[in-house]
Amino acid sequence: MNFDLSDDQVALRDGIRKLCEGRFDMARVRRGFDRSVFAELAETGVFSARADGFAWADVSIMFQELGRALVPGPLTWSHLAHGRVDGVVGGVERPRGGEPAYLEQIDVLDALVVLDRDGVEVVAPSALADSIELDWPLDPLTPVRRITALPAGERVGDAGLARTWRRGGALLTAAYQAGMAQACVERATAYGLERHQFGRPVGSFQAVKHLLADMAVQAEVARTAVDAAACVLDDPETGDVDRAVSGAKVLAGDAALANAKGSLQVHGGMGFTWEVDVHLYLKRSWVLNATFGSPTAHAEALAR
Amino acid sequence: MDLRLSESDEAFRAELRDWLARTLPELPTEPARDDWPARVRYDTDWQRRLFDAGYAGMSWPKEYGGRDAPPSEQLVFLEETTRAKAPYVGVNFVGTLHAGPTLIAEGSDPQRAQHLPRILRGDEVWCQCFSEPGAGSDLAGLRTRAVRDGNDYVVTGQKIWCSFGHVGEYGELLVRTDPDAPKHRGISWLILEMDRPGIEVRPIETLLGSSEFCEVFLDEVRVPVENRVGAENDGWRVTNVTLSFERGTAFVSEMVDARQLAEELRPLTAEPADRRELGRVLAALDALWALTVRNVTQASRGVVGPGALMFKLAYSEARDRLGELSMRLLGRGAFDVHDERVEERLRTLSIPIAAGTSQIQRNIIGERLLGLPREKSWE
Ligand SMILES: Cc1cc2nc3c(=O)[nH]c(=O)nc-3n(C[C@H](O)[C@H](O)[C@H](O)COP(=O)(O)OP(=O)(O)OC[C@H]3O[C@@H](n4cnc5c(N)ncnc54)[C@H](O)[C@@H]3O)c2cc1C
Repeated sequence: MNFDLSDDQVALRDGIRKLCEGRFDMARVRRGFDRSVFAELAETGVFSARADGFAWADVSIMFQELGRALVPGPLTWSHLAHGRVDGVVGGVERPRGGEPAYLEQIDVLDALVVLDRDGVEVVAPSALADSIELDWPLDPLTPVRRITALPAGERVGDAGLARTWRRGGALLTAAYQAGMAQACVERATAYGLERHQFGRPVGSFQAVKHLLADMAVQAEVARTAVDAAACVLDDPETGDVDRAVSGAKVLAGDAALANAKGSLQVHGGMGFTWEVDVHLYLKRSWVLNATFGSPTAHAEALAR
Repeated sequence: MDLRLSESDEAFRAELRDWLARTLPELPTEPARDDWPARVRYDTDWQRRLFDAGYAGMSWPKEYGGRDAPPSEQLVFLEETTRAKAPYVGVNFVGTLHAGPTLIAEGSDPQRAQHLPRILRGDEVWCQCFSEPGAGSDLAGLRTRAVRDGNDYVVTGQKIWCSFGHVGEYGELLVRTDPDAPKHRGISWLILEMDRPGIEVRPIETLLGSSEFCEVFLDEVRVPVENRVGAENDGWRVTNVTLSFERGTAFVSEMVDARQLAEELRPLTAEPADRRELGRVLAALDALWALTVRNVTQASRGVVGPGALMFKLAYSEARDRLGELSMRLLGRGAFDVHDERVEERLRTLSIPIAAGTSQIQRNIIGERLLGLPREKSWE
């Protein structure tokens, strides 16, 4: 039993962190997702990692770092679809009862995968000409199109594949959110040390210090849950896969949201500006909590 | 990174299960909670059985009679004994988990020889006399005075919240030996024989209506200088050395129980809101289990990761949510404290207070982990 990052995993984490700091600084992240982002991530192996022999635990470490840096794009879908659907792949769960669908990043996609009860379909972006681009999307880094009726596509996988993708997608989304939660702790702590009021750093006020401590704990517990779920996915005899993944999605989703809000509070008026990055973390956490199952839905599943 | 136990851990589990299956049916029935003489007999008898079977002092070094088990085995030991509903550590708590490790780390050879084998065999019961009416969170502000007189210290003062104080034969006693030094530097650690003249012990009734802890009044109690553990005025460091000894396993039994209780609540959750809350509590408890495994992994390599400082705060909160959920689900059934789940709700109210309150935990996380400015008043 060795439930801590191996030396290789520490090197992997540091490598991705360095890549993000060098290639995906906030100025680039704010320009949004495009094919050059995809190409660089593809070259690093983010999408092919499991085909290249990496375990879920490794991929989850990569996604934690991508989330920490808030690298935008349909990264999870492109990873899941690798080897089955080529290129830049986005995805969506088919809405029940004919409700409209909100589709992310359509303009950059080679293919859209759609999950439903019966399996996995692929829809060509050209079939989505009827969709309307939202001119005021919640998350500025997640462009969205709305379509009243999502057309049927070509079936490429059965219900078993859809289940596998939902599980992998929930895990990687949780990993990304755990990274976001950690980034919020780091950024808010740095601001708490730098910003002075009443002649001292605001982080020395206990109300702020305790808020930051709670945020740090939430991020760490979420990260641990994500690592554990990835290990169980790699070695299913060591636990209950669905339970572990749902637990991770609950804790990481709650942590990302709570910590983005906590960070906003610590930043004071700056937190309410467009210029400071806090709102980007907050908005993305809402987006991701509505992707691959909300924390509430996963909590219900756990209690069943 | 993995969660898999080794073959030798699994072999240990099988052997332990086997022993538990043979041993537990032989135990006498558990005594009533206020029958303290019987509780002492019951708990120390259990400790003796553990000792005879080679399971006492799982984390203690071999040269002091321990098993020096790898952390994964300690985890398996606590998990299996709790699941099998074996007796808790009970009155052996302070001796086996705190005083013993302190003597191992800081005691003199005669102190070790006198106490360690007896603690392991269940022949000695210890209690902890640290807190005072004026010194709780600010423990280093303690005022119980020890004045040197020949080969004795003469100790006068008052201690409070001493768990098992009325049955302990020995106490871990923190006293002030230099009133003029800065507060952390004038403290000494003494072994107190609880039957010395001048000691009065008065049980305090807890909100459960039981008497688990006591006030201890010390009136010119003579304690031999040879009872001092570590150097004079170095008691604060001695106290803190021990804390690293548990290797992150302090709450394992607690957590096994909590997870079992959460599972038992499953069929009671008819309302969606309750189901969601239960799901969140289950997720938190699962993650805290994984965090324990991580802390234990790191501790075995001598690393103190962030999780070690965070565990207690996170567990306090998860346990509180579980307690509230069980009360809500029991409804008017909760009017009867004989329901174990109600008793548990009451008992676990102490978790955010004992051994460093949640506010103190947040201070520690904020200052030591996040590097936020320290409060001036700490020094
Ligand atoms: C079940 C139980 C068993 C115990 N067993 C033992 C034992 O065997 N031996 C022993 O010596 N002691 C024991 N204790 C005592 C325990 O360690 C203390 O109760 C604890 O440290 C808190 O001290 P206090 O009760 O004086 O509370 P106080 O320190 O008076 O705290 C009161 C409130 O003020 C807050 N507070 C205090 N300082 C700060 C600060 N700097 N910043 C923010 N908030 C602050 C606290 O968080 C708390 O909310 C036990 C306690 C319990 C509940």
